[in-house]
Amino acid sequence: MSLDTISLSGRKKEVSNKKMNFWESIYLVAILKGLMITIKHLFKRKVTIKYPEQIREFSPVYRGQHMLKRDEKGRENCTACGMCAVACPAEAITMTAAERKPGEEHLYREEKYASVYEINMLRCIFCGLCEEACPKDAIYLTESKVIVKSASHREDFIYGKDKLVMPLEMAIKNSKSLN
Amino acid sequence: MKVTIDGQSIEVEPGTTILQAARMIGGESVPPAMCYYSKLEKTGGKCRCCLVEVTKGSDANPTPMPKLVASCVTGVMDGMEVNSKNSTRVEEARKSVTEFLLINHPLDCPVCDQAGECDLQNLSFEHGKSETRYIEEKRTFEPENIGPYIQLHMNRCILCQRCVAVADQLTDKRVHGVMDRGDHANISTCISKAIDNEMSGNMIDVCPVGALTDKTFRFKSRVWFSKPYNAHRDCDKCCGKTTVWMFGNEIQRVTGRKDEFHEVEEFICNTCRFEKKEVNDWTIEGPRKFEKYSVINRNKYAVHPPKVEINTEAQILLGREQDRKKISMTNVPLENTENSKQ
Repeated sequence: MSLDTISLSGRKKEVSNKKMNFWESIYLVAILKGLMITIKHLFKRKVTIKYPEQIREFSPVYRGQHMLKRDEKGRENCTACGMCAVACPAEAITMTAAERKPGEEHLYREEKYASVYEINMLRCIFCGLCEEACPKDAIYLTESKVIVKSASHREDFIYGKDKLVMPLEMAIKNSKSLN
Repeated sequence: MKVTIDGQSIEVEPGTTILQAARMIGGESVPPAMCYYSKLEKTGGKCRCCLVEVTKGSDANPTPMPKLVASCVTGVMDGMEVNSKNSTRVEEARKSVTEFLLINHPLDCPVCDQAGECDLQNLSFEHGKSETRYIEEKRTFEPENIGPYIQLHMNRCILCQRCVAVADQLTDKRVHGVMDRGDHANISTCISKAIDNEMSGNMIDVCPVGALTDKTFRFKSRVWFSKPYNAHRDCDKCCGKTTVWMFGNEIQRVTGRKDEFHEVEEFICNTCRFEKKEVNDWTIEGPRKFEKYSVINRNKYAVHPPKVEINTEAQILLGREQDRKKISMTNVPLENTENSKQ
């Protein structure tokens, strides 16, 4: 086998310099062929969506904005153990712990809770290692079904507990669906 | 006396225990110890974590010991051969002991301040099971206040009685001890008395679990978020040599200097431990080193890679002087003298 006939990609074409005949030289057939391709694409499913009106459905394993979960009684699961912060490869998580006072048992599940819990969304790479490290089932990236929004100030990307903790309505709905 | 542990021989003084001999050898064959504390007398023999197999009693009487022995209280004999890590019997025994110790342990490591430097955590990491076979309810105690400095969590206690030995040997009047018997046994002060002796804070360092923790450090931070530094100060009550755990410029807590077996090198007084939390109080010597795989080393960046220096001729990247002149643009005058002429 000579070197000229080998085609590694299988798409090798011999190019010839032969003269076009009459039908080829008026290009009508070629134009029709091209139009057929265009028309065919009109009837295919569209790849794009009309974004602000339509929103793409999340995959069940999609990792979006974090959510600090509440248990079935509406108490916060997080005990500020710091496992997520130590697991975080981007060092995006910081927290301050506090002791639960008597009378706050309905708010926090354990003796200790996070009084401050902040995630820097500019640092976060959404790898989900915090979710894996959490021993208390508290932090989830798949529950909120929200993408972290863009903003124009760096401070706006530091998400505190006001944005991260599961909203009470959702907790109430969860506890109702269990009963 | 010659003793062989896991195939490694060492010459030791008569009266040394197997555990001490193993610690002299070091490495993997050192049995874990929860109750034995080399700096305190009459400790050991309670937790049964340090069980080893004696395959040869001595040169004089080479019969093996039928049962596993507690290495922290068994003295060595000449020519004794011991299997610690090598023996499957020992591994099995340690697994069972760990399971027993964890029966009543609340496993509240996410809440506990000891997490990260806890001996029971290390023990169960190495020998523990991932699930429990215990179906009964865990034994719990009412929380008790034992003064402004020390926090007692009786639920976490494994009754090693190290703290009792501290109170006996370092303080002049012991106010706490083991109350009740059997399943109800607990560490407590008789009729809720505060522990306020000057050396009582050493109970915190000595406690292998999180049963006795620093109240001034309670829930402040996790162990692995603060940076440990060796520091000292002139103290009239103790040696003044401590480890300070800092977060930024704040001293979060002060502990004794713990060695590789998690025993303090020297005991420190309560003034150093609880009251001196200003940076000005201490002379900071430098960062304290921990075992390579300790969680305390996480995110610390203490290891600086050595600076690489390539020793070459000067200007080797630029090339030889005459070559540069040859290649350079001919229109541009090379010499400054020519430049000044124009």
